[in-house]
Amino acid sequence: MKDGDTLDAKSGEVEQHPTPMLDELEGGPWPSFVTGLKRLRDSKDKRYAAMMNDLLGQLEHSYEKKLGFWKGGTVSVFGYGGGIIPRFSEVADKFPESKEFHTLRVMPPPGFHYTTDVLRKLCDIWERHGSGLIAFHGQSGDIMFQGCSTEATQAAFDELNELGFDLGGAGPALRTAMSCVGQARCEQSCYDEAKAHRRIINAFLDEMHRPSLPYKFKFKFSGCGNDCVNAIHRADFAVIGTWRDDIKIDQEKVKEHVAKVGRKYTIDTVVSMCPTRAITLHDDDTLEIDNASCVRCMHCINVMTKALSPGDDKGVSIMVGGKRALKVGDLMGTMIIPFMKLETEEDFQKLEDFAETCIEFFADNALEHERIGETIDRIGLPAFLEAVGVEPDPNMVNHPRTSCYVRTDDFDDEAAKWFERKAREAGMTVAED
Amino acid sequence: MSEAAAKPRTPNESGVPDHLQYMHPVLKRNLGKWDWHDRPRVGVLHHVSKTGDEIWTVRAGTQRQMDVYTIRKLCDIGDEYAEGHVRFTTRSNIEYMVSKEEMVEPLIKALEEAGFPVGGTGASVSMISHTQGWLHCDIPGTDASGVVKSMMDMLHHEFTHEEMPNRLRITTSCCQINCGGQGDIAINVQYTKPPKINHDLVANVCERPAVVARCPVAAIRPAMVNGKPSLEVDEKKCVCCGACYPPCPPMQINGEESTKIAIWVGGKHSNARSKPTFHKLAVANLPNNPPHWPEVAEVVKKIVYAYKENARHWERMGEWIERIGWNRFFELTGLAFTKHHLDTWTGARKTMNMSAHIHF
Ligand code: HEM
Ligand code: SF4
Ligand code: SF4
Ligand code: SF4
Ligand code: SF4
Repeated sequence: MKDGDTLDAKSGEVEQHPTPMLDELEGGPWPSFVTGLKRLRDSKDKRYAAMMNDLLGQLEHSYEKKLGFWKGGTVSVFGYGGGIIPRFSEVADKFPESKEFHTLRVMPPPGFHYTTDVLRKLCDIWERHGSGLIAFHGQSGDIMFQGCSTEATQAAFDELNELGFDLGGAGPALRTAMSCVGQARCEQSCYDEAKAHRRIINAFLDEMHRPSLPYKFKFKFSGCGNDCVNAIHRADFAVIGTWRDDIKIDQEKVKEHVAKVGRKYTIDTVVSMCPTRAITLHDDDTLEIDNASCVRCMHCINVMTKALSPGDDKGVSIMVGGKRALKVGDLMGTMIIPFMKLETEEDFQKLEDFAETCIEFFADNALEHERIGETIDRIGLPAFLEAVGVEPDPNMVNHPRTSCYVRTDDFDDEAAKWFERKAREAGMTVAED
Repeated sequence: MSEAAAKPRTPNESGVPDHLQYMHPVLKRNLGKWDWHDRPRVGVLHHVSKTGDEIWTVRAGTQRQMDVYTIRKLCDIGDEYAEGHVRFTTRSNIEYMVSKEEMVEPLIKALEEAGFPVGGTGASVSMISHTQGWLHCDIPGTDASGVVKSMMDMLHHEFTHEEMPNRLRITTSCCQINCGGQGDIAINVQYTKPPKINHDLVANVCERPAVVARCPVAAIRPAMVNGKPSLEVDEKKCVCCGACYPPCPPMQINGEESTKIAIWVGGKHSNARSKPTFHKLAVANLPNNPPHWPEVAEVVKKIVYAYKENARHWERMGEWIERIGWNRFFELTGLAFTKHHLDTWTGARKTMNMSAHIHF
């Protein structure tokens, strides 16, 4: 319904709050959340209609005053410490029906796959207990069931839980993870993102449901360096797919590509844009890649989707320490495990073990309200690596240190470890330490 | 009260649900077997498996904050014109998977008729990643859904066409915690005044040590105000970050006029070509002006079209600026370069030009 809604004059019904500013957001070609909120308000037969009328009233009030009017609090469901974001209105005297408007953070399936059937069931549950307003999805990765009274929270959760869904993370805890579509529909995928996602999160649910970490801890899973779920910026523990062997080239398809878009365009958009100058286009329109220089950035594969693809010896890189501004400034995750295989049960167990080591390190060493990236900055990367049992690797840095202020009297011992490790990797037998 | 309240149900800690039960059967059959893809038109992806199976995906924009009627409408379309399986992208677009090419056009028509724009693929402006704002957050400086709606109305053509040099990803954040993340363009709240302390509330609400510890520049200290324990802020030190506000609501950082919007450019998370980057300040101090944020829209438009007209194919916003230089970026967008563009935070020196390289 558009603006000009008439107030229901008959009956003793509560008047609709006028929303002149919000009404402005009903025009325009993009789907309007305001029109949606009004549909809920106008569902006179539904229990949430009055709640949504006051919600619209409060939102309009925010638009007028340019201020928010929600405050937090404590609401939880039986057995869990986290997962509900409590919202109490600071202007409940004016808008009493939406005085409690809590959110249930619910973990989606990896890759955000749904059937229309399960979506309808989620809607039905939220009609029975909540406001009828659902966000697919929050920046946390959760399905956000927004708008629940304190009293209805338990019943809403119980029904969602019966349907096979569980609460996500909030507060100082393991948080809901995200994974890209990956294997399910992307030829660039280098591992089973969804399996890693479920495996890790479901192994540490206790850390999610009963918050007791110094601060939040997030995992994100992207199948390749395109990082479609923004793991490197936003996850404490980012798992990103990669491969060790050569990029696969179908030379016939390379020629088709060049014939279609032109040689100059191919040079401009593929050859010249490779960050490590690893690509050569030969005079016969075949492509050569210097795989030792390639950094698996994905660019050439993105452009020539038919001709090029990741190699066969696939696995993952792990980056640790990404976060946003609060409070030391943005941190990017940095490379900690340049490559590990992720195919066999044993591989997945290794990933789980390493995740556990990192969470334990975080629990034991982070100050209150500190993210793991900040902890690492505070104590230095060498101390972190030692704590989690990872050897230093040139892939961890842009370049070696430039500052000479460091005590190096054990340099020879450290160098011996490096040569020993290299020898072991080369398949030579070395005495175990 | 009721029996349920007396004897609460123990949760089934089932964790992350199994995605395979909801996945389109063609996707399920071809896990990890996809060979290549192309985009027959904007909003449509066509994936071909090594097994010979094919799947068409139609992507459409949604408002993210959806009422159940909208979701059911999307489901109706999914049942009538698709095969009952959908997924969402990380930017809240919905995707319908269909196993027959001839289903694509009617599906697109049904979505467009119902008001869901089809697009957001490839070199387009996809949906803005979206935070909570006044609708639901406890600390917002502005709204999220309204900003997103206003910007997407303006950029509708760029969502439904692939005319950009490369993909252009916009984010919003309604406080300086910046839930919205990094983007080619980030539209973020920027506080401009130190918090005004509501001393009456402090004594009751505030965990003083927690607040003092939260400040990144040690600007907060305990103080006695009117004979009661409270806090004071050294306004010369304060960088107006708002970090003290979430743990302590009396640290009122938001003001009707003092909460402003800043626009940042050149963030990217993909590793393609250049390494991932953080976005950088383009302009600050734009008014927080609901319901359409016209001053913000104006600047976003300038930046989007400067990029569209000047960048080379496959260059992301930040890569384009890297090539042409910041000099030229400010010239092309008509924005000012000020002392506030010079970083002053830890590590600032690393953002300076340590070379004789200059752009004219
Ligand atoms: C064992 C000795 C000391 C202890 C345990 C101590 C403890 C503290 C504590 C708890 C604060 C409050 C911090 C806050 O909440 O912001 C403080 C503030 C301060 N202390 Fe000390 N202090 C000690 C010695 C000193 C000495 C010897 C000096 C100077 C000569 C000093 C100078 C200051 C100053 C200037 C502040 C205020 C900092 C600010 O608010 O910016 N303290 N001290
Ligand atoms: S991150 Fe890589 S594997 Fe995952 S969906 Fe994106 S392009 Fe595909
Ligand atoms: S993946 Fe990136 S680094 Fe490797 S060859 Fe292609 S463009 Fe170059
Ligand atoms: S960006 Fe800030 S105000 Fe907006 S939803 Fe996130 S925490 Fe809340
Ligand atoms: S706004 Fe930031 S800098 Fe200012 S007092 Fe609060 S925490 Fe400190």
